[in-house]
Amino acid sequence: MGSTAPGTSSGHAARDRRAGWWMVVPTLVAILGLSVFPLLYSLSLSFQRRDLQHPNDDQFVGLANYAAGLLDARVHTAMFNTILLVVVGIALQLLIGLGLALVVVDELRGRRFFIPLLMLPVMMTPVVAALGWRLLWDSQYGAVNHFLAFILRRDVDIVWLTQRWTALFAVLVTDVWQWTPFMFLILLAGLASLNPEHYEAAALDGAGPWQQFWAITLPGLAPVIAVAVIFRTMDAFKIFDQIFMLTQGQPGTSTETISWYIYQVGYKFFNMGYASAVSYLLLIFLSIIGTIYVSRFLREEHL
Amino acid sequence: MSALAPVAPAPASRRTLRRGRTGRRQSPVTMALRYVAVAIALAFFLFPIVWIASISIKLPADYLSNPPIWIPQEFTFRHYQSVMAEKGFLALRNSLTIAGGATVISVLIGSIAAYSLARFQTGGRHLGFWLLSQRMMPPIVLVVPFFLILREAGKLNPRLGLDQQIPLILIYAVFNLPYVIWTMRSYFRSVPVELEESAMMDGNTRLGALFRITLPLALPGLVATTTFAFIFAWTEFLFAVVFTRTNAVTIPVVISGFTGGQGSNWGRACALSMVATLPVFILVLLLQRHLVRGLTLGAVRG
Repeated sequence: MGSTAPGTSSGHAARDRRAGWWMVVPTLVAILGLSVFPLLYSLSLSFQRRDLQHPNDDQFVGLANYAAGLLDARVHTAMFNTILLVVVGIALQLLIGLGLALVVVDELRGRRFFIPLLMLPVMMTPVVAALGWRLLWDSQYGAVNHFLAFILRRDVDIVWLTQRWTALFAVLVTDVWQWTPFMFLILLAGLASLNPEHYEAAALDGAGPWQQFWAITLPGLAPVIAVAVIFRTMDAFKIFDQIFMLTQGQPGTSTETISWYIYQVGYKFFNMGYASAVSYLLLIFLSIIGTIYVSRFLREEHL
Repeated sequence: MSALAPVAPAPASRRTLRRGRTGRRQSPVTMALRYVAVAIALAFFLFPIVWIASISIKLPADYLSNPPIWIPQEFTFRHYQSVMAEKGFLALRNSLTIAGGATVISVLIGSIAAYSLARFQTGGRHLGFWLLSQRMMPPIVLVVPFFLILREAGKLNPRLGLDQQIPLILIYAVFNLPYVIWTMRSYFRSVPVELEESAMMDGNTRLGALFRITLPLALPGLVATTTFAFIFAWTEFLFAVVFTRTNAVTIPVVISGFTGGQGSNWGRACALSMVATLPVFILVLLLQRHLVRGLTLGAVRG
């Protein structure tokens, strides 16, 4: 749709094309100045030793920062944690979101009332969401332990945020809490746009709900799922706020994510060259993932 | 344009939906189970918000209690008063200025570019994809160069340095641009070209056609896009925490400063969290019908 530019004559079209370019100039200037230029600057930093605590010690070090980054155990842990949170988190968001969307898609009294309420976590400031969960996970005064004590009928005093796996679990739950509604809303919109006649035809052919789900619902939703998953994946790799609020990377450095680690290198140790190199390693990694994903699962008309 | 909405549900098919998509009536048991599922979901997704709200109006003795006191005998607004008197008011003013400024800039220049991409195919698909790839970039990558650039810029003009509003406005505006362009492009595309052309036949200039025909039709999209651009800037934390210290702190930065100090700060942290949350919630509840499509750069029709 809209693939031909309007215009009654070729002169008209040329003028439109020129006007079109003028209209993107402000955008291009802004992005070149505030995104491309800093990126290039960061690239040059990544080849240098640039330590703000030793300002007179700057020097060109070639690929040394990159080599160090690839061998850095903290980078490995941070990448492991990040990927774990991304993969498990998005899988859970997708499953719960889809389940909830299937529950809600048909007529249900009160829909108008509770769908907007389910939207609220997505709109929250991540720092606020993480603060709320920080208080809920609190071993003494938090509601999670009280809830477990109530279910199990005995005292529970799990110190969630100071052990690696329970802390990562806490971060995971916080993330799932905030982003499942996003999946839910998108899948709900996708479900609502499926053609009901297909279901009627399948029902006439004697297909049960389970068969209908696999034969109609899931294939019909596939493009929506692809779009939702790529947006969530790219966003989830940025995870930082929850780490800042919930664990600060602790215990030790065992719950660091990659954004948190780069932040630490830059602002605790002022090692700007190294922080830039690790940033670039992340960028390269994400570009590879993104390219594979886009070329395999997305066609332009989906976007 | 959108393969996601191959067949728009016609009013006739809506009627079919009323009885479940299979056309069969659902048994009372199924209906009951669906309500139970919705109730559990609501409890899970709303509880943390309720928890924050309740701490914000409880006395410390009540929220620092084991077992918890669900409904205290006395409510208090003192956390709101003290947090606003301290840094809260400054943070609120900064957040409004920065998020507002960034939103205006990005929606203005982004919509113009989006119109160009939608109507004139400017830059073909390459420009569009390049812009989208900007959206995918993790912000941490830009934190180091921005920090050093702002340090230098501050020496030239103090208002462009660290801990100032203007750099954050510009950075947020640029971070919002790809989102604004992709979403608005999708909305502009769904306004038929023919409408614009016939308005131009009737003697309107293209600009006239844009303002009289296209913009009003794309208005719901513009509203949703503006809302999300604002929410992004309003909730951003990473840049804000690195580039501000005392003068230009935003609400999330001040909230994050309350995490230390076992418990005594919780009331104030929660009070400020409510200040951060309520305006957005009101916006969302008012506009919710238009927001779903905006969540995915216009890819999924809500």
